[in-house]
Amino acid sequence: MKLNAKLLLGLAAAAALSLSAPMLSAQDAAPKSIKIGYAISKTGPNAGGANITQIPNYQLWVQEVNAKGGLMLKQYGKRIPIEVIEYDDRSNSEEAVRAVERLIEQDKVDLLLPPWGTGINLAVGPTFNKHGYPQLTFSAVTDRAPELAKRWPNSFWFLGTSKQYIDALVDLLVKLRKEGKINDQIAMVSVADGFGIDLSKAARAGFEKAGFKLVFDRSYPIGTQDMAPIIGEAQRSKADTFVAFSYPPDTVALVDQSRLTSYAPKVMFTGVGTFFPLFPQRFGENAEGVMSLGGWSKDNKATMEYREKIRKLVNRDPDYWGSQIGYSSLQMLEQAIERVGKIDRAAIIKELQTGTFDTVIGKIKLENNMPKDAFWLLGQWQDGLYVGVAPQRPGVAELRVPKAPWKK
Amino acid sequence: MFTEPLLSGVTLGGIYALIAMGLTLQYGVARIMNLSYGESLVAACFAALWLFTAISVNPLLGLFIIVPLAAVINWLVYQILLMPLVRRAPSRDALEVDSILATFGLLFVAQGVMLAIFGGNYFSYDFLSIPVKIFGATVSASRLLALGFAVVIGLALYLGLTRTRAGTAIRAVAVDPVSALLVAIDVRATAAFAYALGGALVAAGGVLVSMFLTFNASLGVVFTMKALIVVIMGGVGNLLGCLVAGMILGLTETFVATYVDPGLTLAATYVIFILVLLLRPQGLFGARRS
Repeated sequence: MKLNAKLLLGLAAAAALSLSAPMLSAQDAAPKSIKIGYAISKTGPNAGGANITQIPNYQLWVQEVNAKGGLMLKQYGKRIPIEVIEYDDRSNSEEAVRAVERLIEQDKVDLLLPPWGTGINLAVGPTFNKHGYPQLTFSAVTDRAPELAKRWPNSFWFLGTSKQYIDALVDLLVKLRKEGKINDQIAMVSVADGFGIDLSKAARAGFEKAGFKLVFDRSYPIGTQDMAPIIGEAQRSKADTFVAFSYPPDTVALVDQSRLTSYAPKVMFTGVGTFFPLFPQRFGENAEGVMSLGGWSKDNKATMEYREKIRKLVNRDPDYWGSQIGYSSLQMLEQAIERVGKIDRAAIIKELQTGTFDTVIGKIKLENNMPKDAFWLLGQWQDGLYVGVAPQRPGVAELRVPKAPWKK
Repeated sequence: MFTEPLLSGVTLGGIYALIAMGLTLQYGVARIMNLSYGESLVAACFAALWLFTAISVNPLLGLFIIVPLAAVINWLVYQILLMPLVRRAPSRDALEVDSILATFGLLFVAQGVMLAIFGGNYFSYDFLSIPVKIFGATVSASRLLALGFAVVIGLALYLGLTRTRAGTAIRAVAVDPVSALLVAIDVRATAAFAYALGGALVAAGGVLVSMFLTFNASLGVVFTMKALIVVIMGGVGNLLGCLVAGMILGLTETFVATYVDPGLTLAATYVIFILVLLLRPQGLFGARRS
């Protein structure tokens, strides 16, 4: 009898425990924070790009969301602040994959933000996909984007394909040729690395198809900063158009060498770095007329306010290509989470794919996980601002050709 | 047509020599294989940038501040960080291995400090980027200046090392520290001096290249690699070798880029490097080790 009573008591206690456990968690479930993690290149060769386009955006967004009290989750009926977990991938893909796995499995983050660069985003793609985390890349350009978006429906490719930039460039050049402003010869150089290889490949095909002659087409090893031979040869060619798919240090070196030797192609298009705040700082008035990827709306109040915020945060301007798009992608993520009202990653992905969002660059609706006609593909320095000159959409600036002569 | 690549090749070679001269002293005499060498160079770039942009001291005047400062810092690094290694090393080879490990750590400290202060962004400023015409070819004044410094420093130090008493002592330490002790040379003080002098040279190189190169806190390793190739090619510890090896590399790169393909510059550099290693493992001007 005694034994029975004890047994009963024990059973009752166990039952109570097992009952109360789920009840307790349902009541008290609102977590202290939403954990958002990312691995990014804080050191190594990618640090330069990551530091300008990506990290300030992450900081600004988290700061702004937390200033409001956090992300509004309907599930709990309140705002929950973001807690950030950050790793340095040291510009190394394997390191990035390991860090992302660690974020998912050990830190148990609710959401992930993407790393910097095409290569590393491709490397971590399978991991994001396997665990069903949305991957909103905004520093990756790849012609495989449409195919990848199909294979990994959780991946979003905000900067799109290299082909779309080249198509826009070819369109512009064809128009200039028709107007008799340039001849049909192009001199092209590219850095022998991901960005340079992809873009120059697409450009070679695009230029040829449009009937342009590539009179000079060379690549140089990454890290090259002595551009005298390249500019010398480009100068000797009779091309009116100079196109370089370069990285920031080589972009500066190419433009500086052109200025030194008074090489004045009518169209001067240079690569990454042209749209960095470094560029006008370094070249002043001589930046005028130089073209590149990306671009900025000259009369959009929201982006100007965004620029002010970045200035306040990191004491310099954002870049004029990926930064604004990256910040917009974070705004989209925020809106998608709040519409879903809980951390349900599958539902958030679905909302991102189908919803329409308000961002600093305007309304964005994705098509096949890529924004369509949402931003400038090509820009040009005009009167101290890097304005969008293609595609033809409201607010487009008139392309200035020929490029202004160099001032000494 | 021909003078243009020649001139830019010579300036590029001068820059390579300039970058490598400090390392040849630190490695050749003090026997410290300084892996944080490139970071010292980048630190000098940042110092020049800061002086120029924040308090508008032009980089040439900056040399007079940065170079002595670098000498003092390097001397302290040698006395405080490296002296324990020197004391306990049973042989010079052991010291080389130990110093690789210690300076590898120093690399991350230096890089971390620069990242914390300046962030990972690229920096570049405009100074003396004015065209100079020589024999019909155009080159920037800043690059020409770097070449001039490389030649002057290289020759002055070469003469100093071969024609003066102190220089002879330094060379004695480089060749045989044990025998140097026997003739009453203070080997440790001499090594510390050589290390500090090397540090001063790398700072001078950093200030000069910052006038025309775009750099960030992570760029150090690129300079270390280049400097190592030049030093090993020229012969460890030999400044004239440094100058010649730098010139060979600079001219090769420029001529290959002009007449063959800019994509093959690195390949050409390494082919020459391998040839030198195969045919003259001690370097062009290096003494054969007994």
